[in-house]
Amino acid sequence: MNAGNDIAIDVKGLTKSFGGREVVHDLSMQVKRGSIYGFLGPNGSGKTTTIRILCGLLTPDSGEGTCLGYDILKDAEKIKRQVGYMTQRFSLYQDLSVRENLEFVARLYGMRDARGAARDMIKRLGLSGREEQLAGELSGGWKQRLALGACTLPSPKLLLLDEPTAGVDPKARRDFWNEIHALAAEGLTVLVSTHYMDEAERCHEIAYIAYGHLLTHGTVEEVIAGSALTTYTVTGDDLNDLTAALTGKPGIDMVAPFGTSLHVSGRDVAALEASIAPWRDKSDLHWNKSAPSLEDVFIELMGRSKDNFQ
Amino acid sequence: MSTVDHPAPAHEIRERFGFWKRSYAMLIKEFIQLKRDRVSFAMIVMLPVMQLLLFGYAINTTPHNLPSAVLLQEDSDLARSVLKALENTAYYRFIYEVHDVDEFDNLLKSGKVLFGVEIPRGFERAVRRGDKPALLVAADATDPVAASAALGSLGMIVQTALAHDLYIGNPPEMPFEIRAHARYNPAANSSLNIVPGLVGTILTMTMLIFTALSVTREVERGTMESLLSMPIKPVEVMFGKIIPYVLVGFVQAFLIIGIGVFLFGVPVLGNLFLLALLSTLFITTNLSIGYTISTLVQNQLQAMQMSMMFFLPSILLSGFMFPFAGMPAWAQYVGEGLPLTHYIRIVRAIMLKGASMPNLRFDAAALAVLMLVAMTIAVTRFRRTLD
Repeated sequence: MNAGNDIAIDVKGLTKSFGGREVVHDLSMQVKRGSIYGFLGPNGSGKTTTIRILCGLLTPDSGEGTCLGYDILKDAEKIKRQVGYMTQRFSLYQDLSVRENLEFVARLYGMRDARGAARDMIKRLGLSGREEQLAGELSGGWKQRLALGACTLPSPKLLLLDEPTAGVDPKARRDFWNEIHALAAEGLTVLVSTHYMDEAERCHEIAYIAYGHLLTHGTVEEVIAGSALTTYTVTGDDLNDLTAALTGKPGIDMVAPFGTSLHVSGRDVAALEASIAPWRDKSDLHWNKSAPSLEDVFIELMGRSKDNFQ
Repeated sequence: MSTVDHPAPAHEIRERFGFWKRSYAMLIKEFIQLKRDRVSFAMIVMLPVMQLLLFGYAINTTPHNLPSAVLLQEDSDLARSVLKALENTAYYRFIYEVHDVDEFDNLLKSGKVLFGVEIPRGFERAVRRGDKPALLVAADATDPVAASAALGSLGMIVQTALAHDLYIGNPPEMPFEIRAHARYNPAANSSLNIVPGLVGTILTMTMLIFTALSVTREVERGTMESLLSMPIKPVEVMFGKIIPYVLVGFVQAFLIIGIGVFLFGVPVLGNLFLLALLSTLFITTNLSIGYTISTLVQNQLQAMQMSMMFFLPSILLSGFMFPFAGMPAWAQYVGEGLPLTHYIRIVRAIMLKGASMPNLRFDAAALAVLMLVAMTIAVTRFRRTLD
């Protein structure tokens, strides 16, 4: 292992194609040890593929790097021992009980007291009383909790979580994130992909990936600042008409409704202000210049990358 | 969650004996899954019992009471005793006695009889002179199996009848083949031949399918992704998936042989331990081939189809259905590549002939080689990544 290195994941130029379609393009990233790194991007953007490359489930066509100090190309077996991977789709055995699933994982990693380890994990997960229930019969939230338990059971140094909270209720989602933060506090590095903005904001660092390209990365503040996006929040009547009128005007990159308000954003401040000028003084509309939200930034990035890469 | 309040006690991970631990983890998991799958579990017992009862009773290549006619051209004591002997075997039932060749032919042509026996004029006298006169037997061979089996046993029966006849001195020499037949299966009872063959056939079918589906099932259920992300090696996955079914196969073999012995009266003349040992080898060989299939295919449907592709030649070319020696050379070569061929030889030899290990060395070695080849292909073909 690289002595004194506080970087858990360090990869350069990862590229992967499936059937001639490039899913990950020249992707480089660094993740600090003990941090929670959010991985964002639209569906099919290459998040899952990247995560699979990191844990040795896929071999990149080109690129190199290390994961926990081990070469991702040569030391896949060593990486597997220290990485917990939680798949997007529930991938524990549905016809095994909670206890049996955990004992299976414990035995597979050669834990000395597999039964004891499973028992402790059941307690930790709050699954006591459900240990004999078949995994397939658990609700979505419990399944996700069990999956997290299974991949943290062998005390990994790095957790790769692929959309762990998809389809889980808000309460379970919050509990889950509390657990992630607790694990990170214990020194675990967590790479988590998600679609939820509130989750992105709970990460120490985020990266945005679209169509295989890593578009931006950094802390939430850095990403927002780096977007150079100017956003006006409009409230008032007839916002639907306004949306139609503004969409596609020069300088306006994005018009997006947020509840009762409308976010109008653009990178070119002068052009943006020129375009909205005719509506600025209307009495029934209230304009407020505001910092863009993370969601504005992402939607704008998504729209831009669509033009560039598709 | 209560992480912060109750941090989990650290559990020690030991690298020693990793191979056995991981294989064991896999094995326990497979056992539990098998136990949960009630239908499959029931099939383990139902399948061999059902098949054995069906085939054992239904497949009978030596039908009894075949309708027959006799063309008597001489009414001698010897002719009468030959007919009596034929009828006493219960293979033939003489329903017509005719004295005219045309009538004889018509009976056969119309299908009223399957066999016609013609006793020529001067038969008894020719026998006494040692002229070996011809006893013409005409058979309706449209059903070749029925005809040939009955024809085959005819010669022996007639000779036995003549041997016991007081009027005759020394009966003519018996051909070797017939004598061999008489020793192991004197009544040409087909269940004696079929039951040992069925042990192998049923085991081939069940064992192949059990493991042929094992890897594809993990892929289709999505569990392969998480399994591959854990530090388990292809050999360990294979052992973990094969070993539980060795036990299952052993139970099935025990059932089939048990039913064969108690219901069909098939003897086990040889060493039961040797039979168990070589059966285990055969079971493992089939499981390995099934497992190899599952590493070659994409989904469970393909796995089933490929299993059938292997299973059919096994039935047809192994000597289970048709005599092995009677097949053309190329078919025999193919047959030698099938585990069932070797196992049928082994099981027939042990059960019916009391053979011991030195007699079976070649077939046992062939099974071992096939097993190792299958395992090697499986381990190298096992995809360690999702690429």
